[in-house]
Amino acid sequence: MTAFWSWFVAIGTIVFIVWCVWLIGWSAKQGPQGKDDEDLVGHKWDGDLEEWNNPAPKWWLYLYFITVAWGVGYLIVYPGIGIFDGVAGWTSEGQYEQEMQRAEERYAPIYERFAAMDFDALVQNEEAIALGGSLYASYCTTCHGSDARGAPGYPNLADNDWQWGGDEQNIITSIARGRMAVMTPWAQVLGSDEAVDDMVAYVQSLSGMVDASSVKDSARTQFTTYCAACHMPTGVGNPVLGAPNLTDDIWLYGSDADTIRTAIVQGRNGQMPAHGEFLGENRTRILAAYVKSLSQ
Amino acid sequence: MRHEQIEKSPNLMMILIVIVISIGGLVELVPLMLSSDATEPDEGIAPYSALRLAGRDVYISEGCYNCHSQMIRPFRSETERYGPFTTAGETVYDRPFQFGSKRTGPDLARVGGRYSDDWHRLHLMDPRALVPGSNMPAYPWLAERQVDPDLVTSKMKALQTLGDPYSDEQIAGAAAEVDGKSELDAVVAYLQGLGINRSARR
Repeated sequence: MTAFWSWFVAIGTIVFIVWCVWLIGWSAKQGPQGKDDEDLVGHKWDGDLEEWNNPAPKWWLYLYFITVAWGVGYLIVYPGIGIFDGVAGWTSEGQYEQEMQRAEERYAPIYERFAAMDFDALVQNEEAIALGGSLYASYCTTCHGSDARGAPGYPNLADNDWQWGGDEQNIITSIARGRMAVMTPWAQVLGSDEAVDDMVAYVQSLSGMVDASSVKDSARTQFTTYCAACHMPTGVGNPVLGAPNLTDDIWLYGSDADTIRTAIVQGRNGQMPAHGEFLGENRTRILAAYVKSLSQ
Repeated sequence: MRHEQIEKSPNLMMILIVIVISIGGLVELVPLMLSSDATEPDEGIAPYSALRLAGRDVYISEGCYNCHSQMIRPFRSETERYGPFTTAGETVYDRPFQFGSKRTGPDLARVGGRYSDDWHRLHLMDPRALVPGSNMPAYPWLAERQVDPDLVTSKMKALQTLGDPYSDEQIAGAAAEVDGKSELDAVVAYLQGLGINRSARR
């Protein structure tokens, strides 16, 4: 705040407090000074019941002065009066920094100990996994589910199938930098609805859902021409591109013909948002260890 | 003047009450409203683009603020979960601000970029498809309703009049930006921009 507004607040506050004290002092002096008829309020009930215009009781008056004194004390200790920051030097940012500092002192040694540990040891470490579990519950459950079994379009982390690779560096990169899996739409390239249907059957045959002898050669040829670039000629996928393995019975979006057809016709954009800046290096590594431990 | 004169005259008492309360407002509210901390945008804060502005109004009209706050308070318990605490300079273009006062759902002040666009779409259409225990209502009609390009243009003109630094080119391009977009597109664009000016943990 500028000096003008600081003084505006200070003068406004002080004048108002002084005025409050004067007001209560003044009004306490009002009312009956003696006990003559003039000090009756002038109503009469039930023939002879009358009311004195008495001032408020003294204890009530003192309460008022106590609240004023408390207010003055507050303004001395805390910043509230514009021109004066208070003897306690309190700020909301300072209080936050202190809270963070205390947390840092408490948790930094734990994270340091884990940072020095080998990743495989971390995966086996119960304490690290418990910590990772609570981090997972805070940051990951919304998409991957509280049981880490994912949802359609959101990978199951509890199996041992890794779309982007399952070693330490791959998992850390997935969490910290995020992932963008892009499958472009293929309906036009494949040429006709029939070709798409044949391709759906071919994809299902890769994992044995459909008898391999019934799929058409044209679909096999098209797969080798177009799909193999990412999914590899045998359909085992490519973790470098995040292209799923089509030969296992693990499905990211679903295994039924309609879902596979949608993927071929419309393409897919699987996105894992980057969390590295938000989580920081230590938490990311603990989380990676937790994710790894789920599939062991 | 005796106090019974005040107590027996409603008009006089009303005037005196207004004066007393105004002093509190003048001292506590006015300096903060005019302080540069609250009126100047933080680094990376710009007026809403046409699509996000439309989304902001969908957010308000659907009553999202009833269950979601946009105010991360300076406590560790909040910043650990949501990200850096909210500052006044981040909300200068919010008319009205969306601080909210109740969290049935999580705070959204830094939800931008935390989930994918697809996640938001699916989640708004059917929250329980992604979060089985969620009690958030579904908003399937958002996908069917179109954003009105003329309305967005008028809103941006009005905000420009109020001092938001929209350029004339931005306003001229507003209709094209929202053309053919649904309210779902708009609200997802709005959510994806929330709080992305700061993301680092500390």
